[in-house]
Amino acid sequence: MSLEIKTSVLQPRRNTYANVAERLGADKPATRYEEGTFDIQPTDNFHFRPTWDSSRELYDKNLTKIKMEDWYSYRDPRQYYYGTYTIARSRMMEAQEKNFSFVEKRNLLDSISDEWKEKVGYFFLPLRHYEWGANMNNSDFSDRSYGASVSQVGIFAAMDRLGIAQIISRVGLLLDGNSGTSLTKAKDYWLEDEAWQPIRKMVEDSFVLDDWFELHIAQNFCMDAIVYGLTYDAFDAAIAAHNGAALSMLNEFMVDWYAEEKKWADNLLKVCAAESDENKALISDWVKKWRAQAEEAFTPLAQKTLGEEAAAAAFEAINADLDKRAKKAGLEL
Amino acid sequence: MAVNKKKRMGIKERYSLLTRGLGWDTTYQPEEKVYPYDKYEGIIIHDWDEWEDPFRLTMDAYWKFQAEKERKLYAVIDSFAQNNGHLGITDARYINAIKIFLTGVSPLEYAAARGFTHVGRHFGGVGARVACQMQAIDELRHVQTQLHSMSHYNKYFDGLHNRGHMHDRVWYLSVPKSFFDDAMTAGPFEFLTAISFSFEYVLTNLLFVPFMSGAAFNGDMATVTFGFSAQSDEARHMTLGLGVIKFMLEQDERNVPIVQHWIDKWFWRGYRFLSLVAMMMDYMLPKRIMSWKEAWEIYFEDAGTSLFEDLGRYGIKLPKFHDIPAKEKDRLSHEVWSIFYNYTHAAAFHTWVPNEDEMQWLDSKYPDTFNKYYRPRYDHWQAEKDAGNRFYNQTLPMLCQTCQIPMGFTEPDDPTTICFRSSEHNGETYHFCSDGCKNIFDHEPEKYVQAWLPVHQIYQGNCGGASVEDVLEWYKLNKSVDNMDYDGSPDQKLWEQWQADRAKAAS
Amino acid sequence: MTRNVSITLQNNDDARLIIEAIAEDNPEAVVNQYPAMVKIDCPGKLIVKQETVEEKLGRDWDVQEIHLSVISLAGNVDEEDDYFELSWGA
Repeated sequence: MSLEIKTSVLQPRRNTYANVAERLGADKPATRYEEGTFDIQPTDNFHFRPTWDSSRELYDKNLTKIKMEDWYSYRDPRQYYYGTYTIARSRMMEAQEKNFSFVEKRNLLDSISDEWKEKVGYFFLPLRHYEWGANMNNSDFSDRSYGASVSQVGIFAAMDRLGIAQIISRVGLLLDGNSGTSLTKAKDYWLEDEAWQPIRKMVEDSFVLDDWFELHIAQNFCMDAIVYGLTYDAFDAAIAAHNGAALSMLNEFMVDWYAEEKKWADNLLKVCAAESDENKALISDWVKKWRAQAEEAFTPLAQKTLGEEAAAAAFEAINADLDKRAKKAGLEL
Repeated sequence: MAVNKKKRMGIKERYSLLTRGLGWDTTYQPEEKVYPYDKYEGIIIHDWDEWEDPFRLTMDAYWKFQAEKERKLYAVIDSFAQNNGHLGITDARYINAIKIFLTGVSPLEYAAARGFTHVGRHFGGVGARVACQMQAIDELRHVQTQLHSMSHYNKYFDGLHNRGHMHDRVWYLSVPKSFFDDAMTAGPFEFLTAISFSFEYVLTNLLFVPFMSGAAFNGDMATVTFGFSAQSDEARHMTLGLGVIKFMLEQDERNVPIVQHWIDKWFWRGYRFLSLVAMMMDYMLPKRIMSWKEAWEIYFEDAGTSLFEDLGRYGIKLPKFHDIPAKEKDRLSHEVWSIFYNYTHAAAFHTWVPNEDEMQWLDSKYPDTFNKYYRPRYDHWQAEKDAGNRFYNQTLPMLCQTCQIPMGFTEPDDPTTICFRSSEHNGETYHFCSDGCKNIFDHEPEKYVQAWLPVHQIYQGNCGGASVEDVLEWYKLNKSVDNMDYDGSPDQKLWEQWQADRAKAAS
Repeated sequence: MTRNVSITLQNNDDARLIIEAIAEDNPEAVVNQYPAMVKIDCPGKLIVKQETVEEKLGRDWDVQEIHLSVISLAGNVDEEDDYFELSWGA
């Protein structure tokens, strides 16, 4: 019945919310990302200071040394709000489920050579704990960051990392017939194995970082570049040569995910570095510090798993990619 | 190593392997540094492994179910906008409830997202952290789906345009804002008691269930769809709320008095906040399904009593002051509506005197009080208005230091006398609307003296100036458009024009 | 006195057969209709059985799918592979 009304009467009186129009520079139709993200975090007149840390406000710009005139100048290049994020992940997961059942039905993991099956247990499965650490760090980033456009990429990433930890765990359950023994063993490696200790130490050290932007660089830029390069490029290629193509199928979620993840993570560095020379210097220093630490921490494990030569080649590729990404983000390393 | 034969795995075991096993006790950094906030409230946790997961969604299932909900919801939102769904509501007065919702409630969904993100990082136990993180992202969903659903109304009605700015400043919006600021600045266990248990489990049904059903009854398919879609997450959140309470109570009996105090406090805080909902239900739905009083009886008196009987085995009692709402239920919505009728010139929504049909409905739902106390008041206001003298109160009201609602509630045992309470702290006097609010202040005066009380702030010159005009400008409120009586508002004129065009087209 | 547990579901096509299954498996349940929703109260305990729902839907039904339709509940939740139960402690 509404169609019976003359359309002239139904001209909208405004096209979007006032705060969105202000940011767009005009009252024009806005996207759901814009309406659902801009200015949804309170900024003024907080009633109480946190009883758990009275030195700060509930939302506080001073929890990082990075200074931004307006944190909403950062916008997720993927333009994810909850709906688009969740639908994107459910699609990726649907494909992943097909891969799981394909591999499971044909017992494809069985064809991996014993030596490399052991390596899956030793190198790949303990990464579930690394991913859990990344979940904690991205929760922390989302918790302490300022502005909804920044905070929401953090909580999306946190949930992603939980999901990835669960995918890795399911590979373990496929290998151990749902007994969970492979996961127990992987936890022992994570907690006790000599080559894993520098990594675990670095992850635990990252848990107590004061500056959330530094935490973002440590976790999402430096450590991840090394873990994802070593695991989903170098290890993936090496195991393929030992009948391990099935594992590649199960890694597909992570490969696609990381290609996407880099977009928002790098863009955050780019936008903040472009804001001021001080920001650029801080970010560049943090990148230098954490990539060096991460490479050092992962070297023993990479060498033990891939061999010295392959490990060196892997780090070379990782560093070349990191240099490229840093340059694109406008950093000076 | 051969790939082993597959064992069947139940949902509990699978969840435990895929989630609980991920965490470890840190050794390179001390636990106190990694989880610095979960001890200072005095809650004693002996073993986080005894945490019972309230629900067992792994991320694969979470993404799958939530994506399905989102697809359905956005299909409705799209079709609502494409079909000019705003024309299908019963009456444009109804939109004023939506204005309160968008400016008062939606920002709380965001606050909840950040609050749960905080505790989702900081609890010592993996199970608790995962449950809180899922709730965090759900709450982000709620604020975004609300903004997206109401985006269409914003295009056609006033008062919805500047939600965030208003939420941080406007006097009555400090009621919901300070409620959530209070919870978020508390420790993690109190936060969960406040939000997951007292608010989500005990009280939000009153907001979301009958009100959303009322939205459907009034033709607002956008709101009922996001409302019920959000509620489908709420079943998980409620389960978390009950779960965390039981966990604290089971871990150590020394936790019982701490938890009981939090329940007392947050029951009262939540109840006072919900007085806005009482008004929305009784006055702002043109077609009504249930009175505030009936909703209180179903959702607190019946369901709440069962709950607290169940918790009795841990030594938990019904919240202190739980009997006061029973005494107030015959008058709560009328008192709040009266406050807003007085101050509509400073609000971003409209009020009105209920029409005769509505007064009859109110009388039928409140036979002991409505005709006795409130009808004469409304008749008087209507007569004044008809004589060209729509009354607006030009004196700024005194606010309760705790709940921040203007002092308009009456004595529990005397509906004709305004209730005033006060306390001294460091030589200053602080005022309260009730024993419940005074009791909360007296437990934590250092916290509540910090409150950003809008009226004090106006007097101190922090709100754009000394006159109402200045303050409204500072609120970014469009004068004579967003505020004042519904009668004569642009909303009303447009609505009537649409109805007239519709009638013409039909004839 | 046995206290009521309660579950409220959306009144849509997905939930309709779940409501039917609940009514069948819980003879003491009282079904209350409201605009757009259905509130089911039951003394002491209420069970949603996977088997019954699957029979009605004519397809596999994961118990967790109930979360797509639930609006509210009252009672302690026990969610298992083949049932979803609400109860108050004895």
